Amino acid sequence: MFAIELQKLMKSYGSVKALNGLTLNVPEGSLYGLLGPNGAGKTSTLRIICTLIAPDSGKVTVAGINALVNPRKVRRELGYVAQEVAIDKILTGRELLNLQGDLYHLPQRDKGKRISELIGLLDMGDWIDRRCGSYSGGMRRRVDLASGLLHQPKILVLDEPTVGLDIESRSAIWELLLQLKDQGTTLLLSSHYLEEVETLADQMAIIDDGKVIAEGSPDELKRALGGDRVTLKVREFSNARESEKVKELLVNVDGVRQVVINRAQGFSLNLVVDNQGSLPLLKEKLAQNNLQIFAMTHSLPSLDDVYLQATGRTLLDAELEMTASRDLRKESKKSMR
Amino acid sequence: MTKSLIEIDSLPSEGWPFSEIIQETNALTRRLFLQLMRRPSTLLAGILQPLIWLVLFGALFSKAPDGLLPGGTSYGRFLGAGVIVFTAFSGALNAGLPVMFDREFGFLNRLLVAPLRSRKSIVFASVIYITTISLLQSLAIMWTASLLGYGWPGLGGLLLVSFTLLLLVFAVTALSLGLAFALPGHIELIAVIFVANLPFLFASTALAPISFMPSWLGWLAALNPLTFAIEPIRAAYAGPIDLGIVLLHAPYGEVSGYGCLFVLLILTVGLFFLISPLLNRKLA
Ligand SMILES: Nc1ncnc2c1ncn2[C@@H]1O[C@H](COP(=O)(O)OP(=O)(O)OP(=O)(O)O)[C@@H](O)[C@H]1O
Ligand SMILES: [Mg+2]
Repeated sequence: MFAIELQKLMKSYGSVKALNGLTLNVPEGSLYGLLGPNGAGKTSTLRIICTLIAPDSGKVTVAGINALVNPRKVRRELGYVAQEVAIDKILTGRELLNLQGDLYHLPQRDKGKRISELIGLLDMGDWIDRRCGSYSGGMRRRVDLASGLLHQPKILVLDEPTVGLDIESRSAIWELLLQLKDQGTTLLLSSHYLEEVETLADQMAIIDDGKVIAEGSPDELKRALGGDRVTLKVREFSNARESEKVKELLVNVDGVRQVVINRAQGFSLNLVVDNQGSLPLLKEKLAQNNLQIFAMTHSLPSLDDVYLQATGRTLLDAELEMTASRDLRKESKKSMR
Repeated sequence: MTKSLIEIDSLPSEGWPFSEIIQETNALTRRLFLQLMRRPSTLLAGILQPLIWLVLFGALFSKAPDGLLPGGTSYGRFLGAGVIVFTAFSGALNAGLPVMFDREFGFLNRLLVAPLRSRKSIVFASVIYITTISLLQSLAIMWTASLLGYGWPGLGGLLLVSFTLLLLVFAVTALSLGLAFALPGHIELIAVIFVANLPFLFASTALAPISFMPSWLGWLAALNPLTFAIEPIRAAYAGPIDLGIVLLHAPYGEVSGYGCLFVLLILTVGLFFLISPLLNRKLA
């Protein structure tokens, strides 16, 4: 059974194609991670699931309900924690939660009980009666999470829930999400953090240009990629000429599939090899050419490698691009009705 | 944590549509009033501005020759009705602002992902809020006017005043809410409010009767919705109420008290019909 089924979603904003035939199935009870660079279409996808926008074409089924025909039913089953936290600065956190409870038509008694429960759970007691305007990013995020959980949704959708948070808040949120999963909630979250998806998700998809370009469990994806990773430095800070020379030497070693020069890391070499058996051969080759080994590490493929393979760039590049191009004010303007 | 966060079987069941609409409208209205209580400056400004009009303008003409105005009323008493209506008008003109801010800051999205029984609740809340505020502001002005010796309309008159203001406030609120969804941002909305405010005041019978005006301005004043609200209220202040008599000598003809109220009613209904497709689309 799937909690969320998206079929061939298309969505354009003028000439910009935000979604281009996106198909995604989120199994019931899973914690599903959506990974993708800036502008890949993650937020658009989640907005469609939450009935905030309608796709130009395609099918959206949430909790077995056709979201395009019966959006209000979907809204009752769903909690949504948006990317840009919209909070009323003048209200206190408690007042905001009360409002939210009324919008979901909770009976007065349950509402109060549920709110105190969440205040305890998310450790908000010390500041929940202060105005939201004075909250830190982590506090806001927690209030937002609480308001998404207030009506005990079967499905919780989170758009980059820990972006910009300190490590402590982040791990508190991670812990909560895992607890929710244990209790049977289906979670779908988008993220820029590989680590987040790697730690939390049991299923994931990589989205690029409005399409799913890879999906499966993180382990499956890593295994499918195959090969081991070797990072090599012949001296602490090498240069372009030397690293080119070493690359020439190593590409022909048995079992070496690929050698990439990583300029950002002092011209270190990133190799993909068939298996550990290649390591002695590499050492031998370097020794023959009178080259030292300053550092050499060996690892299984990481999600970063999966990401690189799928999108053609490392997450670091994507992140740098993101911080340069991101304009949150503009984004919230974009989401205006 | 031992408490279960999710009990799939105990999902809230569908309640009665009507009680759900009441619950959500009530919550949204309460939010607006909480905001107002914590930021009362707009409310105070909305009372202070007309008070200044009343005091300064009243003083400006206090030595005007007797019999200057039709019916021989004093200028202060004449002005009172105009300022009351202007207060309600400029209050209602602001109705769209909270909605616009919610659009801009994304709070509206929070409302739209919730399973509201009717998204009209968002509109209802704004109407209830702004109507209450406008009427309160107008009452404050009426009370001050009576302290200044400009009269008090009595109980029947008070009902007529409230009814007239209610019609005007509904109409202007509809207009402002429509603008809040049609315009791109609060800067534009504030610009429209700012620009609309004074011309509507001057091109009405709030400050002077039509007989004082050049004919082009007389025409404008006789078409201005404010005028249709001012005249019945002025009549309520003038003494025993008779809505059957002619209250407005417009260039295009004579309009009775009933006529004035009828025009306001048509305007209100018309504006709500006009903006309703826009609201439906934006809140769909
Ligand atoms: N309301 C809008 N108007 C115009 N273009 C939009 C709008 N919303 C999204 N887009 C465009 O659609 C594309 C997908 O955007 P979306 O917000 O879904 O990406 P994303 O994966 O969430 O990105 P990010 O990681 O930055 O949050 C982008 O090119 C974006 O500029
Ligand atoms: Mg996004």
